[in-house]
Amino acid sequence: MTHHHQFDAVIVGAGGAGLMAALQAARLTNVAVISKMYPTRSHTGTAQGGIAAPLGNMEEDHWEWYMYDTVKGGDYLVDQDAAEILARESVEAIYELEHMGLPFDRTEEGRIEQRRFGGHTRDYGKGPVMRSCKSADRTGHMILQTLYQNCIKHNVRFFNEFFVADVLVHDGVARGVVAVEIATGELHLFHAKAVLLASGGFGRMFAVTSNAHSLTGEPVAALYRRGLPLEDMEFFQFHPTGIYKMGILLSEAARGEGGVLLNGRGERFLENYAPTLMDLAPRDMLSRFIYQEVAAGRGVDGKDYVYLDIRPETINRYGSAPGGRTVTAAELEEKLPDIIEMMRVYMGVEPMREPVPIQPTAHYAMGGIPTDNDGRVLAGPAHTVSGLFAAGECACVSVHGANRLGTNSLVDLVVFGRRGGKALGEFCRRADYAPLPPQAEAEAQGALAELRASRGRERVGTLRSELQRVMMDKVGVFRKAAGMREALSTVRALKERYTQIGLDDRGGTFNTDLLEAFELGALLDLAEVTAASALQRTESRGAQYRDDFPERDDTHWLKHTLAYCSEGASVRPTRGEVRFEAKPVVVTRFEPKPRTY
Amino acid sequence: MAKVTLKIKRYDPEREPASWWSEHALEAEPTERVLDLLNRVKWEQDGTLSFRRSCGHGICGSDSMRIDGANRLACKTLVSELGSAITIEPLLGMRVQKDLIVDLEPFFAAYRTVKPYFISNAPPPPDGRERLQTPAQRLRFDDTTKCILCACCTASCPSFWASSEYIGPASIVQAHRFIFDSRDEGAGERLQVAGETMGVWRCHTAFNCTLACPRGINITQAIGEVKRALATGRVE
Repeated sequence: MTHHHQFDAVIVGAGGAGLMAALQAARLTNVAVISKMYPTRSHTGTAQGGIAAPLGNMEEDHWEWYMYDTVKGGDYLVDQDAAEILARESVEAIYELEHMGLPFDRTEEGRIEQRRFGGHTRDYGKGPVMRSCKSADRTGHMILQTLYQNCIKHNVRFFNEFFVADVLVHDGVARGVVAVEIATGELHLFHAKAVLLASGGFGRMFAVTSNAHSLTGEPVAALYRRGLPLEDMEFFQFHPTGIYKMGILLSEAARGEGGVLLNGRGERFLENYAPTLMDLAPRDMLSRFIYQEVAAGRGVDGKDYVYLDIRPETINRYGSAPGGRTVTAAELEEKLPDIIEMMRVYMGVEPMREPVPIQPTAHYAMGGIPTDNDGRVLAGPAHTVSGLFAAGECACVSVHGANRLGTNSLVDLVVFGRRGGKALGEFCRRADYAPLPPQAEAEAQGALAELRASRGRERVGTLRSELQRVMMDKVGVFRKAAGMREALSTVRALKERYTQIGLDDRGGTFNTDLLEAFELGALLDLAEVTAASALQRTESRGAQYRDDFPERDDTHWLKHTLAYCSEGASVRPTRGEVRFEAKPVVVTRFEPKPRTY
Repeated sequence: MAKVTLKIKRYDPEREPASWWSEHALEAEPTERVLDLLNRVKWEQDGTLSFRRSCGHGICGSDSMRIDGANRLACKTLVSELGSAITIEPLLGMRVQKDLIVDLEPFFAAYRTVKPYFISNAPPPPDGRERLQTPAQRLRFDDTTKCILCACCTASCPSFWASSEYIGPASIVQAHRFIFDSRDEGAGERLQVAGETMGVWRCHTAFNCTLACPRGINITQAIGEVKRALATGRVE
């Protein structure tokens, strides 16, 4: 049986963006939040280092400097009107979080304490600036907790442990979503005036990733399958400091507090690559520099990793270098308790006495569902879908361009979650319910029933690990045409094999076998779009580096990619090719320049 | 690589009314997480095995379970810490829904009773900026801000096993986080809840909660501080 619900606004996802949007929209209209997990499990909670805002609590700072850093960090593919909103509104968003009770770290004067972070500079690149507001190294945890707490305070309605199987968009108008209650396997049809997607990233398409197992992007794939475009999917950030082999993130805050990267010879190799910002250069560059050291035979023991060193004596040795500082072990334990514990637990390393093996880890999708500055989803370069909104990592505003700066994911969540939530609430006050098509849930129901009954010989786990391996090897930090073509044909072969999978679990109760199979379908589609988008962009910019096109090419490529499925309108994985369109980049204050640090 | 045997307590109401045990032999690296082993069982041997998991590194709190008799996060427990025979069960004292998945609704309902959100009637500063709080005031409740609501503590508590109406250590940790926040004005309302029959006095300082907490929160101490505030009428 299908359960029917009607809410003015339905929000999909209960991380930072979804909860912020829910708090805003709930002031104006009735809201339901659908989440694949309990909200406190959302991946926002794992963000460590901080959230930027030019508060100027520690030293002089200005939103214009922050905007510049964001634009330059994104290798000029950032839409500058959006970056200006991000930089300006970050200040009021941080104060709003504090007023909601968020326990930020404090200065002696009682103000919010700030620290340095990668790519954030004073005076348009002259040196690092203290801009990142934080709660030790669990800033995302405190943001997620605070937002969820406020949702409880304001009686926001949650549907926890529901996954979205289809987003109902017909004739350019959003009408609701179809979701599965994981505990029972029963279908729920949500009729809504408007839908806001805030489902987070989809980094599980890569073998080594900081992303949670749950980050598989079903709602993003659902829109793509319904014929809507995805923007800039070629830009996927690899964070330079993942725990070797496991990919668990070790925050940039480790370097903000003075930690350095060392090659196998114990050299601070970034002196040769980024003489001004060194270890606080942006992530895309650091990930490349690490692999360049490895390729030159200067990895540790000739292997594919280098060291992150936060030993106080190492930090203090560089204390008088530009951006250097002096620390004690006790201060580090206080400022970085979680990541120090992760080094101990997962690596068995004592970071106060020895350096930690790290390698780049797939971390963040700059691309996603294209939106305007109020979260309205775009159906093409210039028009929107009525009643459909998106915010957070699943969306592409684009404030991150070709490479996101550290802390800017959290800023994006609160600034654009807030704007999207307000626009969603206002839309619902004006709009009526668009009728649901007859048997709106039938297609999702059919696809899920087929999947649940499938008895083929392919296993979900096998297909997923083959996908993750080829994406990591061929569509990772270094790319070239032949490798990406190989990745594309592998992904398409995997999609074919996906039609031959077999499930073990045919039940209704917590059928996570079915859920993982459904998630794999989404990952396959999104990986295909990622690889195809990367292949068509014949330049290097931000997180996309191509050996065969090593330069940025503003003449031809200062534009966003919009990727569409050539045969659309299904709930199942796509079968057609990927088709492309361009969308201009908004340039207001900062003309593109060469990017050095 | 070492040989390990995973013995998992299973339950599926659609298959049979009673629980049973499944056993799985695996080759495991000492650095693998118990979660990695569970995933391998699910992906390679038995797709029906069900458990919650998400972040995989001890922050989201999804994969709390009983591992060799202790409540732990599967993603924060390495094979090297355990013997070659590993026993895995769902959390105790909570209704099992399937395999290692327990019903968390009562847990979150208890959490909500302590009003786990910032309460202040004072308007924010007129300049729109942050409320002021000294580092010492901030430090006062730092420990309890670490809670990830994984339920390891509550499901390890003998008083909770004896009466599932007890709000449990996790709820008290959450109350503590606000009661001792210098900016918050809701201490009175929360202490009232904490002082009721199903509140803090059910705690008999068994310390199980503190031992179980994967975030290293000194829960017994936090509960003690809430008790003291109730007894003295002062929050300090």
